[in-house]
Amino acid sequence: MTACPILSIAIFAPWAGALLLALVPRASPALSRALALVASLSTLLAGFSAIARFDPNAAGYQLVERHAWVSALNAHYCLGLDGLSLVLVLLTGIVAPAGLLASWRQPREVRLFGILYLVLQGCALGVFLALDFFHWFLFWELSLIPAFFLIKLWGGPGASRAAYQFVIYTLAGSAFLLLGFVALFVASGSLDFDELSRLAATGGLSNRLAALGGFWPKAVFLGVFLGLAVKVPLFPFHTWLPPAYAEAPAGVSMFLTGVMSKMGVYGFLRILWPIFPSEIHAAATPLLWLALGGVVLGAFAALRQRDLKRMIAYSSINHVSYCLLALFAVAAGPLKSAAVASSALGGAILQMFNHGLSASALFLCVGVLEARGGGRRGIGDFGGARSAAPVFAGLCGIAMFSSIGLPGLNGFVGEFLIFRGVFGIVPWAAATACMGVLVTALFYLTFWQRVFHGPRAGVSAGAFPDIAGADRVALAILVALMFLFGIAPQLLVGLFNPLVTAWAGGLPTP
Amino acid sequence: MFFGLFHGIASPLAGSQPLAAAGLDYAGLGRALLPEAALAAGALAVLAVDIALLRAAGTALRFRAAAAIAAVAVVAALAFCLQTGSSGEVFGGVLVLDSLGTAARAALLCLTLVVLGVSAGAAVPRRPAEYCAIILFATAGFTLMAAAQQLLLAFLALELASLSLYVLAGFDLSRPESAEAAMKYFLLGAISSAFLLFGFSLIYGLTGTIDLTQIAIVLARQGPSPLLTVALVMVLVAFGFKAAAAPFHLWAPDVYEGAPAPSAALIASGSKLAGLVLFTRLLWPGLGEAAGDVSSAHFGAGWLPVLAILSGASLLLGNLAALVQTSLRRLLAYSAIAHAGALLLGVIVVGSSGPGPVFYYAATYALATAGAFGIVGILERTGGSLQIAGLAGLSRRSPPLAGCLLVFILSLAGVPPLAGFFGKFAVFAAALKLGGVAGPAGWLAVAAILLSAVALYYYLIVVKQAFVAPAPANPAPITVSPVAAATLVVAAAAIIVLGVFPSLLLGLF
Amino acid sequence: MRLLPWTIYLSLAGAMLSLAAGRRSAAAARWVALGTAAAAWGLVLAAATGFSPSALPQTLVDLDWIPSMGGRYHLAADGISMTLLVLTGLAATAGILFSWNIGERTGEFFAFYLTLIAGVYGVFLSADALLFFVFYELAIVPKYFLIAIWGSTNREYGAMKLALYSFAGSALVLAGLLWAYATGGAHSFALADLASAAARFPAGQQVAMFALVFFGFAVLAGLFPFHTWAPTGHVAAPTGASMLLAGVVMKLGAYGCLRVAMPLFPAGLAFWQPAIAWLAIIGILYAGLVALVQDDCKFVIGYSSVSHMGFVMLGLAAANPRAVAGAVLQMFSHGVIAGLLFAVVGRMVYDRTHTRRLGDLRLLALYRLLPFAATVFVIAGLASMGFPGFSGFPAELSILMGAWQASPLWAAAAALGVLIAAAFTLRVVQLTFFGGSGSRETPAASAALPPISWPERTGALLLIGAAVVIGLKPDLLLNWIVPSLQSPLFKAVIKGGAP
Repeated sequence: MTACPILSIAIFAPWAGALLLALVPRASPALSRALALVASLSTLLAGFSAIARFDPNAAGYQLVERHAWVSALNAHYCLGLDGLSLVLVLLTGIVAPAGLLASWRQPREVRLFGILYLVLQGCALGVFLALDFFHWFLFWELSLIPAFFLIKLWGGPGASRAAYQFVIYTLAGSAFLLLGFVALFVASGSLDFDELSRLAATGGLSNRLAALGGFWPKAVFLGVFLGLAVKVPLFPFHTWLPPAYAEAPAGVSMFLTGVMSKMGVYGFLRILWPIFPSEIHAAATPLLWLALGGVVLGAFAALRQRDLKRMIAYSSINHVSYCLLALFAVAAGPLKSAAVASSALGGAILQMFNHGLSASALFLCVGVLEARGGGRRGIGDFGGARSAAPVFAGLCGIAMFSSIGLPGLNGFVGEFLIFRGVFGIVPWAAATACMGVLVTALFYLTFWQRVFHGPRAGVSAGAFPDIAGADRVALAILVALMFLFGIAPQLLVGLFNPLVTAWAGGLPTP
Repeated sequence: MFFGLFHGIASPLAGSQPLAAAGLDYAGLGRALLPEAALAAGALAVLAVDIALLRAAGTALRFRAAAAIAAVAVVAALAFCLQTGSSGEVFGGVLVLDSLGTAARAALLCLTLVVLGVSAGAAVPRRPAEYCAIILFATAGFTLMAAAQQLLLAFLALELASLSLYVLAGFDLSRPESAEAAMKYFLLGAISSAFLLFGFSLIYGLTGTIDLTQIAIVLARQGPSPLLTVALVMVLVAFGFKAAAAPFHLWAPDVYEGAPAPSAALIASGSKLAGLVLFTRLLWPGLGEAAGDVSSAHFGAGWLPVLAILSGASLLLGNLAALVQTSLRRLLAYSAIAHAGALLLGVIVVGSSGPGPVFYYAATYALATAGAFGIVGILERTGGSLQIAGLAGLSRRSPPLAGCLLVFILSLAGVPPLAGFFGKFAVFAAALKLGGVAGPAGWLAVAAILLSAVALYYYLIVVKQAFVAPAPANPAPITVSPVAAATLVVAAAAIIVLGVFPSLLLGLF
Repeated sequence: MRLLPWTIYLSLAGAMLSLAAGRRSAAAARWVALGTAAAAWGLVLAAATGFSPSALPQTLVDLDWIPSMGGRYHLAADGISMTLLVLTGLAATAGILFSWNIGERTGEFFAFYLTLIAGVYGVFLSADALLFFVFYELAIVPKYFLIAIWGSTNREYGAMKLALYSFAGSALVLAGLLWAYATGGAHSFALADLASAAARFPAGQQVAMFALVFFGFAVLAGLFPFHTWAPTGHVAAPTGASMLLAGVVMKLGAYGCLRVAMPLFPAGLAFWQPAIAWLAIIGILYAGLVALVQDDCKFVIGYSSVSHMGFVMLGLAAANPRAVAGAVLQMFSHGVIAGLLFAVVGRMVYDRTHTRRLGDLRLLALYRLLPFAATVFVIAGLASMGFPGFSGFPAELSILMGAWQASPLWAAAAALGVLIAAAFTLRVVQLTFFGGSGSRETPAASAALPPISWPERTGALLLIGAAVVIGLKPDLLLNWIVPSLQSPLFKAVIKGGAP
């Protein structure tokens, strides 16, 4: 137990900000925005102070806070930090304020927007830091509500339907997740992730679940899997995502793609894999196919899109599926060496971070385009924007290349490590996934060419001011970070490398 | 005609009656019959005062005077009754003042007080003094019925009461229904009395005695016989008629509808209670040997199974017919039939659980019905027979009346914590004690419980009209005389108190 | 603790005072009623602070009542009773606050209301079967009047149906109880005595007696297929009455199942367990699906009550400590949540817009006109869905765990119910307050609606507070409930696994 509960502060500071906003009913829009931004930046502050106290080489969780909570259910209030969660906290600290900056000019009901956004941010942090199912699930589910309202009330014409579908889909998955954990609790008496994973490592958990007989042990695994898979989203549970991301306002889309999709992947790494290692291993091949489906079909679907936001949404599916590809490959085995596994896993974590940056930057760009276009965001609605807004074109281009995976930018490192690792385990999967990279490059270049190059046409033919104000600040920061982590990825890798090595070391190698 | 018969039988009986060792105790008899004496004196006083002093006065004044004197007489009778207490057999077993007898007599006198009180609120009868006097005679008949332990006295008392009631039923000369009711009541009543007398004669012929305890001894020696069966059938027919049990219930709806409200109150309350006590004493101590058995599915032959059938038929018919009634009086009549079914079940269990349950049930039921008819009388003051729809908006037009109506109706429905619930409860518990659900007694109890849910429907319809339905545009004004109001409130309070503290009555046995 | 029986007497006194005060003015009646309900709740909370949970109920009053029948005036309280007493006080106070605008025959309304509350307090405090039954039936008649006089849609039919169903259910209970009492020698109605006598009955008799008593109580609990009175009745009732009916009175039935039926006839429970569990599950799923297609938002909530009570009954049927503790917690939680839902739909929305049809409401975008109501409804909806952070979550989690222990299939089917609840709740929240798709334009002719009054705010905050506090710290109640399940009466029937 540390003296200063940094992790709790990290989670509750945005909520405190939301409460403050709620209690000031007549705050002016400017004040609301400023207050929300300050509260949102608290996460970055908390992240840095956590880094200061964090020792990457120490095993296990650090900055742990643990209190008894519901004795009848053996549930505890347990927060802890390791390399994986630290990276995600940092990501949240960057993407959340960027999303707020992107919404700076949004005029309607600024105070409510700020409140909901901050609540959402707090929930995401809770998911990344909680280590006991009872409150982890609380944060997981609670995040849906502000997201629902943010999409529905400030979104596009199809927002209601998209929001409804998003929530119902996720709740369906959560119902299965809940059932799975009910079974785990009955079998083990605990809701603590750490205890459960230790029990699973010795094989004890499988034995106890096997006592249920029939298909129930598999059903438990499937339940937890489904709940997490819907959130990532893993193909074929992804159909909620494109409408939701497309209809959401720009700032919200940034957060959704930047942070919320990582909640799903985090769940796989933190929960599914440690608690069900043998089940994942047994199901690895079908799971690999699903991940590949996400990679390849996501990319091809993006290629076909006319709506730019939907294009980036499908691209998100593609990019996030790389992370799962890495995980399933590692779980599939057989591993020639631990280095291969640590490469894949490290790549997955890096990819989470980097995709967060690049995808949110891209949504910001499309948001700018949409704002200039008065709501239109089709690929054919623009042309030659480069001559009208050169700074914007430049920054947007960098973000696109980062997403493609150009060496020198941050997107490259993660994808490279993943491919290296996967190729070392299941080469056929790596080969298939290459298609995804190619097609990604194709549609992004098409985007670039149609929107920014050529003669000025469509919206860009009229008044098309360059990027300015809050948008510019946000995009500039994101692009700078893309360069930073492209050139010096060890800044991040250093935080989680020992963790990944330890994971890889624990796996069976022939 | 009947008196001649009595004289004819009396002489041979004088020899066969066992004389008390110390001679016939006329003083004891006198003490025991003080209540009846008070009632008779009161009746005579009413008539005398009316003839002598009030000929010229208006009917209202005459009625008030008559009722006042009658009430005083009843109170005196009650005082005598309570003073004498449960002294046991009187005059060599002709009367018996055991706990059931004393309690029943006290209850009957109280019920008469209630009837007199509510009559002050109803339409004034044409011949007020005669009305009150006949009420007193009827009461005297009731109290004798409650204490009789001898066939002749029982029949005498029954006839005294019945004749009085026939007259009371026909007292409202302004409505043809009243005369029709009285005629029906009289004809059917006379037939049932004939049956009863014939049955008594057969019993006498079989056993050679008219004393109930002696009859029991002789029957125990003799065992069953065809003649006994015929006698039993006769007695049960009369019982069924008196209790308004199906299939002898046909008089009840018409009589309850036609008779003036206070008369109907007396018929529904006092007559029922007195009849129940009389026949309980007749059947159990007297004819107990021929009872049979209803505690298991293989029921032994006797009058118990027949009573069970009568009970079941009454429960079914009464509850189902009440569902479709639109006249409040007829609804009360069918409810009386349904309650008769449950009361018969109460009689069935006297053998095993004593008379406590059935007495409690009958007394509280009588009180509630008397109160309900009292309210009917007040509302009908301007004429006509009250339809249920006529109760609309009663809670606005007269809150105290509505409140009392609520108490009475809910007690009839058997809603706790009112007395009606505990009466049913005690009877059903005793019935199930006989043999669980293995025998007809248990089945009847379960059926009665389930039918009470059905009954709630029609009782709720009544209170719904009173409380929920809006008052009509020009409601007829309701004038409630203070005496009537006070009587109703006291009756309602008694039902609540007896419900919250059932031991007050149950503890007497 | 000793003062707990005064909750009953205070409520009855308050009823009569309210009636009298109503003759002077409606406001006097309201304040008398509020004062009484708050005072009674205060008594409960005071007792709660000094309450130390133990296995056996603590006797409060034990007097001779009907010696000839063995009935005693015996009041006692254990952790389960305390939980439900707290709920009753809260629901009663909130209900009165939300009935502040009743202007017609106000004195009579609160008289019936407080009589109903007195009956409910009595049931939760009774330790003698006869006394239990008397209080249980006492509650039926006031319900009828509350709905028939002050209700809305189809009120006379709804009231009659509710009264008759309730009475029929209690008739079954009476038959079963009397049978058991008579067969056991007719000495005593004390639950412990009846249980030990019933333990000697042949198994066939126990099965039949259990069926009568359990299913009789289950009618009031809204177990499928005896639930049809509930949606009609709750929709017909005025807001304050719906809150109490769905919130507390339905729990009387479940409490009867738990306190009377189960401990008395364990062999009966063992026989009927699968049937009850499946009926409960069907209730959860069927009621949820019906709620999904309703056009009247009050009907949605009426059916949602049936669905949530299905969870309670499933917890009872699973008959292990975890499931039953969850069931009791769910009784509390749903009591609060149902109160909130009916309060918003009835008082905040219908009294202002005079429509409950979702088709009409979706055109109004009420979240702009009534932001407080919208917030409350969202919170109530989340709580109703069993969302973590609110009292429904630990309750449903506990029930699912207990159900899984008994049979994984039951838990899986019930989890499906959680999902259906989310769907219909989301639908009704969305359509009632936030308009359907594309209604972001300012609605035409949106005359300002009357603002939310202080009684509504107070009532809503009380209920939300309870839902959140218990959601975040369910131990407050579970620490009472779990020890009570260790009493000898419960241990004979609720077995399997430490909580």
